[in-house]
Amino acid sequence: MPSELAIQTQHLRKEFGRTVAVQGLTLEVPRGEVFGFLGPNGAGKTTSIKMLLSLVAPTSGEAWLLGRPISDRGVRREVGFLPEHFRFHDWLTAEEFLALHGRLFGMGEGELQRKIPELLDLVGLIPFRRAQLRTFSKGMLQRVGLAQALVHGPELVILDEPTSGLDPVGRRLVRDIIQDLRRRGTTVFLNSHFLSEIEITCDRVAFIKRGEVVQTSNLDELMEAETVVQIRGRGLSEEVVAGLRQWGQDVARSDGEVRMRIADPDAVVEMTRFLVSQGVEVLALTPIHPTLEDVFVRIVGSEAEL
Amino acid sequence: MKARWVIMRLTLLEASRRRILQAAVVLGILFLGLFSLGFYFMRGTVETAASSAPAAADIGVKEFYNFLLMAGLYAISFLSIAMGAILAADTLAGEVSSGTIQALVAKPIRRADIVLGKWLGFAVLLGAYLVFMAGGVMLSVWLQTGYAAPNILPGLVLMYADCLLIMTVTLACSSSLSTLATGGVVFGMYGIAFLGGWVEQLGTMAGNVTAVNIGILSSLAVPSEALWRRAAFEMTSPLVQRIGFSPFSAASPPSDLMVIYAGLYFLAAMALAIRQFNRRDL
Repeated sequence: MPSELAIQTQHLRKEFGRTVAVQGLTLEVPRGEVFGFLGPNGAGKTTSIKMLLSLVAPTSGEAWLLGRPISDRGVRREVGFLPEHFRFHDWLTAEEFLALHGRLFGMGEGELQRKIPELLDLVGLIPFRRAQLRTFSKGMLQRVGLAQALVHGPELVILDEPTSGLDPVGRRLVRDIIQDLRRRGTTVFLNSHFLSEIEITCDRVAFIKRGEVVQTSNLDELMEAETVVQIRGRGLSEEVVAGLRQWGQDVARSDGEVRMRIADPDAVVEMTRFLVSQGVEVLALTPIHPTLEDVFVRIVGSEAEL
Repeated sequence: MKARWVIMRLTLLEASRRRILQAAVVLGILFLGLFSLGFYFMRGTVETAASSAPAAADIGVKEFYNFLLMAGLYAISFLSIAMGAILAADTLAGEVSSGTIQALVAKPIRRADIVLGKWLGFAVLLGAYLVFMAGGVMLSVWLQTGYAAPNILPGLVLMYADCLLIMTVTLACSSSLSTLATGGVVFGMYGIAFLGGWVEQLGTMAGNVTAVNIGILSSLAVPSEALWRRAAFEMTSPLVQRIGFSPFSAASPPSDLMVIYAGLYFLAAMALAIRQFNRRDL
């Protein structure tokens, strides 16, 4: 398997009894990218992640992490994982907690001594290093959980809803950590419901629906491809609107106004020229950049459709 | 450090942080105090009575010490079995249902090491508890009278094997059932063994072969009571053995074969615990 991929899956499938949780996931995540895993509730995102980490056995299909099959447990030495709704041995102190997880990654005592203060500092918990986790707030727990996933300096970090339960300051901290990981060349696989966050942090996204990838895109290209142009003017006849279709699709016309999705944002120049040549009195031609939420709803539909 | 030793240390730390250890020590001291006090007053009564008939008295008094000691050990056997079941019932089931287990299993370790590490931790705790409690009552009797039961070492090893057996069976249930279901199953099994043991004893006394066979069958189903009865037989004084029956000892001591069977049963429970946990979706 080519090892330039951090994650690769082929037709990964999971059935729980008669329920199909993941239909057949085929996915490729390049190394060094921040990859967003998007989909409605119940689409099989968490089950997919659990299969990658051997928490759940796939019914069929294959998967590789960093070029090695997931059945090779040694590969998890290079992988950090923050589970969704992370729960802890809450009678441990923050330091003991990180030491426990570091040892399970096979780290030596000297390395732990050096890395633990570094990580507690990274997640802003140095003042609480000797406090038991049961005294921590939800946000503090999420941060120490994130530190646990990074303690051994992994090549791949899998984060399942890392910012759920965090306040805006906590979310920003997580975002900064992710960007720092990207700078260091670490691959981050992110499952999050906060689309605005995905929009800021991710290089690439996969949309998953009913346990299948419906689309994988570079985020910048995706957003450009999703540009909508709003045209207001006098003389927008049927023929003119038909002529506009060469630059895009999803053309919607209402009184004195046309909305359409265009593939290339630069097309507005030619569109303007075309409209003028057709004798349209253009009042406004406005490119509207969609949010990821708009794109999400268009691609995977709302939860009600599931 | 090997993963299973990391998990073992975690298990010991948990027992201490969650005050399980402290509760066991405090209640254990209360138990030992109560036993010593009871033994002291009973001893006074018996020794006074014996001094009026010195001829047979020396043997009779020792039998009485043995009887009281076995009563104490019987209670301790039950307590340590209950301790093993309580420790192990929640350990896998609870961590699975809370999700604590997920971050552990996602590490580059074998799932079997999680099971074995927990087992080792509990084995250390139960060993310490048994030595503290059983050693305590034996020491109390010895300090007061200079009397020591026969075959202490094999007796204690058998009692230890008994609570390890129940703990391992509990772990096997906990690897695939919920905490409550585990508790229900394990105490149900203990009940079968307990009742079966009595049926066998009474059957032996009454000479009823069917009752004896029922007892043996129940020992095959759950060999824990058989281990206790063998332990009790080892530590009971020869005269009481010949009289044959006291509530805390054995009329029909389980055979060596039964002890070997219990060992195999233990290995099967361990294998089941690991296999079930390996297969479980978390």
